[in-house]
Amino acid sequence: MTRLTPSRRSLLAAAGGRGLSVSFMGRAAFADDAVGRRKFVTVVARGGMDGLSVSPPVGDPDYEGLRGRIAIPAGAALKLDSTFALHPALAGVHALALKGQARIAPAIASPDRARSHFEAQDVLESGGAMVYAASSGFLNRALTAAGGRRIEALSVGATAPLILRGPVQTASWSPGPSGEGSPRLPAILADLYAGDPLLAPALASGLQTVAMAPTAQEGVGDMSAPVDAADDGVAGFVRRGQNTARTLGKTVAGFMTQAGGPQIVAISVDGWDTHANQGAAEGQLATRLLYLDALLMGLNEGLGAAWNDTVVVVATEFGRTARINGTGGTDHGTGSTAIVLGGALKPGGIIGDWPTLRAEALFEGRDTRPTLDMRGLFKGVLADHLGLDRAALEGTVFPDSGAAAAVRGMV
Amino acid sequence: MATPNDLNAAIAVTRFGLGARPGEIATASADPQGWVRRQIRRAGADRPQEAPETSATRIKAFRAYRQDRRAMEREADGEVAADRDPVQIAARMLREDTAVDFLARARLAATTPAGFRERWTLFWCNHFTVSAVKLLTATVTGPFEQEAIRPRVFGRFEDMLVASSAHPAMLMYLDQAQSVGPHSPAAAFLRRRPMPGVGGGLNENLAREILELHTVGVDAGYSQDDVTEFARALTGWSVGGLREVEDQQGEYVFRMPAHEPGGRTVMGKTYAAAGLDQGLAILKDLAAHPATARHICTKIARHFVADDPPPALVARLEATWKATNGDLGHVAETLVAAPEAWDPAPRKLKTPYEFLISSWRAIGGQPGAIEHIAPPLNAMGMRAFSAPSPKGWSDEAMTWAAPDAIIKRMSWAEGFSAVVAADLDPSPIAAGALGARLSEPVRKAVARAESRQEALSVLLMSPEFQRR
Repeated sequence: MTRLTPSRRSLLAAAGGRGLSVSFMGRAAFADDAVGRRKFVTVVARGGMDGLSVSPPVGDPDYEGLRGRIAIPAGAALKLDSTFALHPALAGVHALALKGQARIAPAIASPDRARSHFEAQDVLESGGAMVYAASSGFLNRALTAAGGRRIEALSVGATAPLILRGPVQTASWSPGPSGEGSPRLPAILADLYAGDPLLAPALASGLQTVAMAPTAQEGVGDMSAPVDAADDGVAGFVRRGQNTARTLGKTVAGFMTQAGGPQIVAISVDGWDTHANQGAAEGQLATRLLYLDALLMGLNEGLGAAWNDTVVVVATEFGRTARINGTGGTDHGTGSTAIVLGGALKPGGIIGDWPTLRAEALFEGRDTRPTLDMRGLFKGVLADHLGLDRAALEGTVFPDSGAAAAVRGMV
Repeated sequence: MATPNDLNAAIAVTRFGLGARPGEIATASADPQGWVRRQIRRAGADRPQEAPETSATRIKAFRAYRQDRRAMEREADGEVAADRDPVQIAARMLREDTAVDFLARARLAATTPAGFRERWTLFWCNHFTVSAVKLLTATVTGPFEQEAIRPRVFGRFEDMLVASSAHPAMLMYLDQAQSVGPHSPAAAFLRRRPMPGVGGGLNENLAREILELHTVGVDAGYSQDDVTEFARALTGWSVGGLREVEDQQGEYVFRMPAHEPGGRTVMGKTYAAAGLDQGLAILKDLAAHPATARHICTKIARHFVADDPPPALVARLEATWKATNGDLGHVAETLVAAPEAWDPAPRKLKTPYEFLISSWRAIGGQPGAIEHIAPPLNAMGMRAFSAPSPKGWSDEAMTWAAPDAIIKRMSWAEGFSAVVAADLDPSPIAAGALGARLSEPVRKAVARAESRQEALSVLLMSPEFQRR
């Protein structure tokens, strides 16, 4: 005998009724609150993104000499001002910069100086003053610090990045099938997970995101579809990668623009550890930057009108050596570039000071000297854009960060 | 009525091992500790393949592809038939070679009666990560594990460290193969006659990661100067190229002309100029450094027992490590004998690989094709042979318990159950997979499920099956 089975969606509502879900109902409570519309996306570029290629200081007299054959030629770079340009792969970001909707912080670093990927990423994402100073992510603590207001957060990827880990359960999503299975299984598991501090909230949050996914993916295209059947070889490979990145950006935007969708999103982008043959206007690093640009443009396009309420920060754990190394690449360094973009941004020049690449200005004789603390940049955005108060920022979100003054007035 | 031995047998097979195959817990219950201990053997790990392709063969094939590709780019200017397109050939090579190795490894894990031996081995493969994320090393992860790691998992740590650091896969993965001493004859030659694509200088990647990840750890107090000095000492450690004699191609070679002349100082100790022996002497000292014992024993305890490992267990492992000069067989014996390791609370969440492998073990099966295992691992964030960085895969629950990952596990469990559940009797499967660890609510939920498929899905997704 066949019997009607409830759809998974109605089951989700049922699961919500048992107090399993904290957020099935969305955030109608502050829909008309201006802060409630604002969105913040952090893109963590893992591996040590080379700031001197992202925003090449082509007007700095020492740039070409230090960089040799990996210097971005001034003729190919996309000019920002008399000193700085953007890498030619960042055409989308450059177009936004010309409209006053993208700025660079060209000499920024976390407080960590060990040149270890893993330690530096921990410090960047935990918001601590030093490694192991905090075991949760600063964005998670920012969610708590937002006071009574409930802000939804989403990380993109199958594994949970430290930046969003912590006491507040946050959603996560990654591309791939999570098709309609037995509608009974989630409810049975929800029962078995009751009281399990790890699995219960993860399942509840996951089910909620699954319910939102179809809407988020409406009209964004298929990530795996070939761009063009004849598009083989390296160029085709790169174009497919760009397509995937752009579609990912649009899908994330699709989540963010739904009622009850996340206001805060964290995305990781890997592959920046260019020790050998990093290339210049074209090559290994240029391909990564094409993907980054496509991701950001996908977000921009997908957010539509909501772009005007959005700030995006692209940050990395450290920059790379100012000098080309022995193998056509660069080794672990210190200062790098962060990109800040969004329709909510006020126009302006570079964020922070440029220390120059003169030999005596280099940090320990080898790296871009940081003039701006990454925590100051994030503090400024969290204060001006999301309305976090100073006490919370200095106390719990970025403890012991008194020396890193908030960069105010960007939004 | 469950006896203490029943619970210990379940712990032996699911925590120390890779999950229970039907009947395995019953076998272990006579002597759970002995069941684990007897898997430790001087000969090292099992071999996933009897006659695998060597890394040298794979490296030569990849280099041949690159030569073809350059030649074709010169000739054809983009117009290449699909069956001769080097990118497509490379893609096939990467897909098929890697698939053969990975499937063999997964099938060994799913079927071995020595689950502890394989788990211990996988720990070391992860400690000395060579990831397939780089095109250059995409096909050599399997051969690296087979050649450098598996024979030495119960031997001396120093031997494994040297084998890993001198293996062509590691030398290419961490860019050592191209590193040239700035004052070496080779650098002088390259300055006179520059070659396109050949740098002729120092690359410090391998030196840094040996210090930070493989030996003493990031908080051991070394400086940037120590990294640079160690990198200088390692110059000359390379991989035989197409100009070398046939039997050195794709193999480890030491090139004296590329070695930085002079003595070196690393972490306060000086090393005379002695070519290859200089780097070897530094590796030997790093292996014997007390910070290395602390760093790695903490990782072992974290892998087997808890994300936040009991200090008493770390101390026991460290004591054995120091007393035996890093004899890994003895360290393994200490782990097995440690009471902290038998705490009934299952504090480790399985990684996606552990989850999939233990699911096959639970039904007495094994993956039959790469499609059975690579796509779900990918969806759960653990792409085959492709750890995101030299640090390897995370060993912490918070990494793997993202909401999306739990949903992906659930979807996979349903699909897997739909395929395999028809001929299975779920209740005995549950009892066989978890033994005395099976809780009453889960036993009941399995028994009350409306179909075999649902019953198996519930078992695989149950809290006690997700943990170990």
